Amino acid sequence: MQKPGRFGQFGGQYVPEIVMPALNELEAAYNKYKDDPDFRKEFRYYLREYAGRPTGLYYADKLTQHYGKARIFLKREDLLHTGAHKINNALGQALLAKRMGKKKIIAETGAGQHGVATATVAALFGMECHVFMGEVDVERQKLNVFRMQLLGAKVIPVSSGTGTLKDATSEAIRYWATHIEDTHYIIGSAVGPHPYPTMVRDFQKVIGEEIRAQAEEKIGKLPDYVIACVGGGSNAIGTFYDFRNDASVKKIGVEAGGRGDATGDNAKTLSGTGEPGILHGAYSYLLQTPDGQVVEAYSISAGLDYPGVGPEHSFFKDTGIAEYVSVTDQEALDAFQRLSRIEGIIPAMESSHALAYLEKLMPQTTPEQNVVVTLSGRGDKDVQMVAKALGKELD
Amino acid sequence: METRLTKKMAALQAAGRKGLFVYITVGVPDYERSLAAVKIAVENGADVIEVGLPFSDPMADGPVIQAASVQALKQGVNMQQELDFVRAVRRFSDVPLVAMGYMNNIYHYGLEKFVTDFQAAGLDGAIIPDLPHEESGELRDICAAHNFHLAEFITPGTTPARMEQTCKGATGFIYCVSHNGVTGVGKVDYKQIGEVCEQARNYTQTPLAVGFGIGSPEAAVAAAEHADAVIVGSAVVGRLLKDELPEAGTFIASLRQALDQAYCR
Repeated sequence: MQKPGRFGQFGGQYVPEIVMPALNELEAAYNKYKDDPDFRKEFRYYLREYAGRPTGLYYADKLTQHYGKARIFLKREDLLHTGAHKINNALGQALLAKRMGKKKIIAETGAGQHGVATATVAALFGMECHVFMGEVDVERQKLNVFRMQLLGAKVIPVSSGTGTLKDATSEAIRYWATHIEDTHYIIGSAVGPHPYPTMVRDFQKVIGEEIRAQAEEKIGKLPDYVIACVGGGSNAIGTFYDFRNDASVKKIGVEAGGRGDATGDNAKTLSGTGEPGILHGAYSYLLQTPDGQVVEAYSISAGLDYPGVGPEHSFFKDTGIAEYVSVTDQEALDAFQRLSRIEGIIPAMESSHALAYLEKLMPQTTPEQNVVVTLSGRGDKDVQMVAKALGKELD
Repeated sequence: METRLTKKMAALQAAGRKGLFVYITVGVPDYERSLAAVKIAVENGADVIEVGLPFSDPMADGPVIQAASVQALKQGVNMQQELDFVRAVRRFSDVPLVAMGYMNNIYHYGLEKFVTDFQAAGLDGAIIPDLPHEESGELRDICAAHNFHLAEFITPGTTPARMEQTCKGATGFIYCVSHNGVTGVGKVDYKQIGEVCEQARNYTQTPLAVGFGIGSPEAAVAAAEHADAVIVGSAVVGRLLKDELPEAGTFIASLRQALDQAYCR
């Protein structure tokens, strides 16, 4: 029998004993509330009235013409409050934390998008909020640090290890272990120990459910492809999950190929050299040395440079439910500019990876087909970094 | 079945003494000196040595052992060296040796291979802080088949129901985490874990060792009150990181003396 919290062989609860009571408490609370009509109603209320759901499934006419093949639709998660899909999960978990009687919320963040989403819901629900962020990222993402502070959160720079997302995650788990009674940890992606991957997926699966309904309405059938970028994998699992049993819908996750295969500087956990291993509480594909030491991931996009990946994606990869590919920094930068110019939409660098894959996919499609790309976030946050990458001085 | 560890714990108990476990990261301050540190620890009264296997992401560890892990990995410490380390200790001591390492390293090495290779080298058991009872079934079976100890854990939050489940089959010793948090010297009220230790006695005869936070002879005495042994890690490793081997020895001796004064019948 399948153990709870496992996706095939992947997932599990590889955490210190100290954390087990908190995970058990969280699992019990989640199981109690996930189908509770009042909880569902309140979650839907905030998604609609506060976050701005449903998001559009925009027919990208110009982009479609640009390729001259299948029709391209963009799932506009970038139009949500705080600018990315992260708010779906942050709202769901904060509502759950409130019901659990937790006064404090903590989160880890890489680029700062999940940190901002968490700080936002903490402000909304009047909860104390600490966000752990690698000191390297604090330096790289000053604007988001200030944003979180404006929202009343305390940003805690993490200097341990390599001072990036994976270390911020470890530090958040350590802090949680120390403050387990009054604190809820809002993990930002579909990663971590059970019940997080399931819970985060459930809070994000609205993306795919809306795509299904909107596709039905706009094209009268299911799309042929759904494409999303994969770092930890929350927008991708949210996009894919509702289509998991639809073999006719090809599900493609796009990872960060970074500086290219020759350099080894990438975040290709599923599409590259990753092997199953254990990090942050879950058994999943992982970038690591032959000795099982975790390797730092690299991407131009701070939201994708995580060496692990959500365990359900590992399961989808091994079972062939979804396919995982990669594009390089340069291909993503090109896609970033292409969508800005062609559609007047500046996409997040993360989402630009999904868009970049169209270069490879579109020539294989036909005009009768339909492709949906999840635009997980907007690109305002990336403008400075892109300017730098393009050798432009902003001052 | 008897092992170096069970024999040592039985001898301590027969003498009415509390055990002293000392944690040393392989490769801190470097390989040779970490080996020397084991010798110093044993000479100064350590009963059991925890051989720290460095991991890139030590989730259960505080700043000192994190820093030790980083330093060890920078020096290229790997599983092969860790195996050599155990063999090297065995050339000068029969002190019980228990590895403390994270699951990904052990998983990658191979569960059965880890147990058989390291046991052949002279290791008596393992503590894997990110492997709770729920996930340890496969490794537990392998360890049981090889008479190799795999530590179970109790914490201040462990309920009697959970103790019954986890402590029943425990061998060697049970790792009692003194407070909610990570490794590292700190102010800990050992009463809480003391009460949990007393409860645990209803479910197990296996010796109880309290760790996390112990940084002074006073703390060691307080931690030992309801337990059979105390575990000292960061307070020793902090000195090793600064290359203060003699100071580490003096510190261990002070713990030994305090424990024996307070509890020796």
